[in-house]
This record gives sequence, structure tokens and C-alpha cells, in this order.
Amino acid sequence: MAKGQIVAGCLAPHPPHLVYADNPPQNEAYSEGGWETLRWGYQRLARKLKNIDYDAIVIFTPHWQTYIGTHFLGLPKFKSKSVDPVFPNLFRYNYDLTVDVDLAQAMHDEAHAEGIITKMMTNPDFRVDYGTITSCHLLNPEWDKPIVTISSNRNTHYYSPEVMVEQATALGRACAKAIEESGKRVVLVASHSLSHRHFVEEAPLPEDMSREHIYNHSQYVWDMKIIDMMREGKSREVIDIMPEFTEQTMAETEGGGLIWMLGAMGYPKFPAEIYGYQSVIGTGNVVACWDPNDETREHVL
Amino acid sequence: MSEINEPEIIFGVYCPPHPQPLLSPDANPGYAKLRAAFDECRRRIEESDADIILVYSTTWASIIGHQIQALENAVWTHVDDDFHYLGSMPYEFAIDTEFAHAMKENSEKRGLEARTVEYEGFPIDTGSVVALQLLNPDNRIPSCILSSNMYSNRAETIVLGKAVRDTLAQQGKKAVVVVVSSLSNRMFTEHIDPAEDRIHSQKDDDWNRKILEFFGDGRLEDLSQLSRDIHGQIRVQKVVAYKPAWWLAATMGQHNNYDGEVLAYEALHGSGGAVITLTPASGSVGDKEFDEDDVEFYRGDRNVLDRGMLE
Repeated sequence: MAKGQIVAGCLAPHPPHLVYADNPPQNEAYSEGGWETLRWGYQRLARKLKNIDYDAIVIFTPHWQTYIGTHFLGLPKFKSKSVDPVFPNLFRYNYDLTVDVDLAQAMHDEAHAEGIITKMMTNPDFRVDYGTITSCHLLNPEWDKPIVTISSNRNTHYYSPEVMVEQATALGRACAKAIEESGKRVVLVASHSLSHRHFVEEAPLPEDMSREHIYNHSQYVWDMKIIDMMREGKSREVIDIMPEFTEQTMAETEGGGLIWMLGAMGYPKFPAEIYGYQSVIGTGNVVACWDPNDETREHVL
Repeated sequence: MSEINEPEIIFGVYCPPHPQPLLSPDANPGYAKLRAAFDECRRRIEESDADIILVYSTTWASIIGHQIQALENAVWTHVDDDFHYLGSMPYEFAIDTEFAHAMKENSEKRGLEARTVEYEGFPIDTGSVVALQLLNPDNRIPSCILSSNMYSNRAETIVLGKAVRDTLAQQGKKAVVVVVSSLSNRMFTEHIDPAEDRIHSQKDDDWNRKILEFFGDGRLEDLSQLSRDIHGQIRVQKVVAYKPAWWLAATMGQHNNYDGEVLAYEALHGSGGAVITLTPASGSVGDKEFDEDDVEFYRGDRNVLDRGMLE
């Protein structure tokens, strides 16, 4: 059996606004559009993924928050309706998805062997979080690949951002080893924003783009700093500065997704492909991809 | 506005959000004691002539202002993110929609951002599900649930409580108010044998017991004034502040004139879980001098950054 490999790593923010703006048939809410800079970026990245041969998407989500270790979806099918607890007016999405349970179990076992607290989630009534659904919908609207969802163990809050770096990196290494041994070709997804301070009020028409802007300039400057480092292939440096970035901008990197992904990819030294940056209700969001293939890697923006 | 509002709050309940008392009460004698305490509260609620059970849940975090559950018949099967292996929690709650909509209006009148949520399948949080399943299993009394805004601090939370008083007084409804919150909220970060559950640390236990002393003495406003200290000492810093005592005091009345009763205090995967009742009374241990403003209207964040450089 050939060694498995990570064929791409995507930073894929999950504001439900993006699905709302897309008006897919699965979502009950209707919009007049909005947030095109991010959505068009997502569409271009989704087209790129269509041209990559892969078996499964493994997604790390901060909206399945676990305090007792890291949990993995552990049943082959989940079908239900996901309603965003914060933006239920925008996101009521009927999903029907497939899980690569073998891969989930392999990652669970490898992480467990490394001393990481783990749990398989096998309750059929469990509702898959909206972060998973939003990012996966935007990267693969056909839902024709199985996924694995990994929960976010709340190390940043329970301990510190530094502990999160250590823990998520160790989890990333374990997942990479499991993927290699599985023989599968896998797309990794870190589902989150960068800076993450929201406005606490919403425009009467949520997609009114005349109302959309970053929460404050400090967040914008921090986001640009991180994106510049991504462009320059300085992923190790991104992780090194992550604790300060997280604290200064209330960044959603606190969930550990990007740390996990870059750790699993061995801190790539090649440039990230940048597909778009835009604020959503004040938060900073970038769609980015790390393509380890020198022949297919692009300079997108 | 507050002078004309004298709502009748029959009693208040403070209870934990964890699902063990509902799903696995026999896994640990402490869980069984908490369950028995919930059952006692349920009995007292049934014997009261309350018109509404009003829940403020710290496990329902909101961002766009304060959310108010308004779906008349909220039906779903809930599964907890961490304790999914304990089982599912099917529920069907009868929501007092009249209260919910008036609560939104009264919150706005006091300067708060607020909205009702009225969607089939809306994910009601674990804490609310546990509380309402155990305290009002047959929907004998309509209920309503309020979110805890993750950015709100003292002023906003106090004003939210006052908006509750406005609404109850306006509608002439007698209420039992329920706060769903742990005391210390640090759980063990590994899976444990439930039989060996205990409070995470001696320090957490010491603080919890001091807080319980205050509750037992009916010193609600004193607890409200201690909220920032409690947050710094025994709360994992997930949100900006420990808000339950602020909300409960603002809702029930900002004083120390209560009969407090601690029905149970036990560990829930390391966190401090207590079931407590507070009943308005005439006696008091006395009010202290408080040094924070009693806020009537919320006027928004003080955007110091918008002022630019000092001249």
C-alpha cells in the first residue's frame, strides 16, 4: 500500500453568512448575496480541489468544543438540520453527510497512543456543528467526499495559548502519522477566522455590504501581518507568534485549527495560496491553501 | 422606570448545567444528591402558583445582543458536546411567547440589543435542557430562556435583569427564576470514573463553600458585588465575566433580604455543582456599601479608541 499523504491544507473560515449568501437549496434562509470577496475566493479554491485526487476531508472545528480531550465523529452517516445558535436567522441547513470512520478511528488511536486524551463520538442523535458544515459546503458543495470532524479541545481557555500550540501540534503530528499509515490522500481543513471580535448588532439586512467592515484597525493590521507571513512561507513563525495574535485580536486561532493543520504538514516553508480576505460582522477572514505540490501551487492573489 | 416595577418573584433557583443529574444520576452518590435537589425544586415549583419559569443559561452564549427563546413548542433531541456517551436528551418545551416578545421590547427600551429566536430545530443548550427537563418535566408551567451574551459585562447584565422585572410587572406574572451555572467551572480534562469525581482543586472547593455561605445567608447582592472576584478566582476565562449573580440580583432585587437554602453541593466532573434556592424575605443580614453604579439604562460600550489621541 502506498503511503497516505496530505494533498492540501485549507484555512477555511465558517461564518454562516457565506452559506446564507450562496442560497444553496439545503439552507432555509434566503439572501440577496453578500461577502463576494470571500465567496468567490472559496469558489476558486473549490475548483482547485476538484482537480486534486483525494479520498477524504479532515476538518478541525472550533464549534465542537470539548473540554475533556479531543473527540472524533465516529459513525458513518449523519443527517439532520444544523441551526446556528448565534445566527439562526441566516443558517438553518439540512445536511446529509458521510464520515470516513476508519480514518477517524485511526487518527483517534494514533493520538491516544501519543498520550492525547481522545474519544470517539458514536451517538447517532449528535448534531454536527455549523463550522464543519459551512467550511465543507463551501469547499465541496457536492458533498461527494467523506469527512472526519475533529473537535476543539479548549486548551487556550483552560490553560494558555502556549499550551494550545503544544497540544494542537502534537495532535497534528499524530493525525499526519495516521493518514500516512492509512494510504489515503487527505485534504486538511482548519475551519476558522483570524481576528474574531464581532459586532454585537446586526444590520436590518444582514447582507447589506455598506455596513460591513473590520471591527477595529488593530485587528486588520494583525490579520495582514499573519497573511504576509503565510505568503512568505513562514508557517513556523506564524505558529510562534500565534499566542500573541490570539490574545490581541481574540482570534479564532484559539481553537487550535491552524496550529493543528500546519503541525500536521510539518510547518510548510512554501508560500500559502491566498484566495481572499474580508470581514464578516467585524471578524477577519482569509481563505488560504497550502499546496505541497510544487507543480500545482499557484500565486492566486 | 424601576420604581414602578414590583414583580412577584416567588423564588430563585441556582443549578448546574451538566447532564449527569439528568442522564446518569446513579453513577455517583453526589449526582444522585443533585438529582434529589432538582426534584425537590421541581416539587416546590409544582406547589407554587408560578405563571412562568424564566431561565438564564450560561451555556447559551450569544453574540448579537441578548437572545430570547420564543418558539412556542420547542422540540428536538439534544446531545452534549462532551458527554454525548451518556445519552440523548429529547425535549419538548412550552415557551411563553407573549413574555418572550415583551421581554425583547423591554430590553430595547432599556438600551439593550435583543432579539427573539423562533426557529424549528434551534439548538437549545445543555444547561437549559437539563434544568427544564428536571424542574418542569411535564411543561406544567410555560417557560422562557435567555441567553448570556459573551461580550456583555456588569452594566448590560444588570440592565437585562431589570428588563425582566419590567416584563413580569407589565404582564402581572408570578415567576420562578432559574440561573443555570456552575460555581467553579474547571472540569477535569480527562475522562474519569464517575465514582471518583471530586472538586478539581482545594482552592475551588474553598471558594465554592464561601459562595455557598453567602447563598445560605441570602446575601445575593453581596454575591453580585463579588462577581469579579469570583470570575478571577474560580472561573475558566471563557467569557468576560461571571454574570449569573448580577443577573439574578438584578432580576430578584438588589439586596440581601432572602432566605437561602443550599439543597446540594457536589462535584460534576471536577466543577462545582450546587442546587440552591433563594426566597424573598423581610429579614436581612444588612446591605453593604457598594461602589459600582446601579445601572438603569445601557448606553453601549465606551469606545475610548474612537476618541483618538489625547490632546
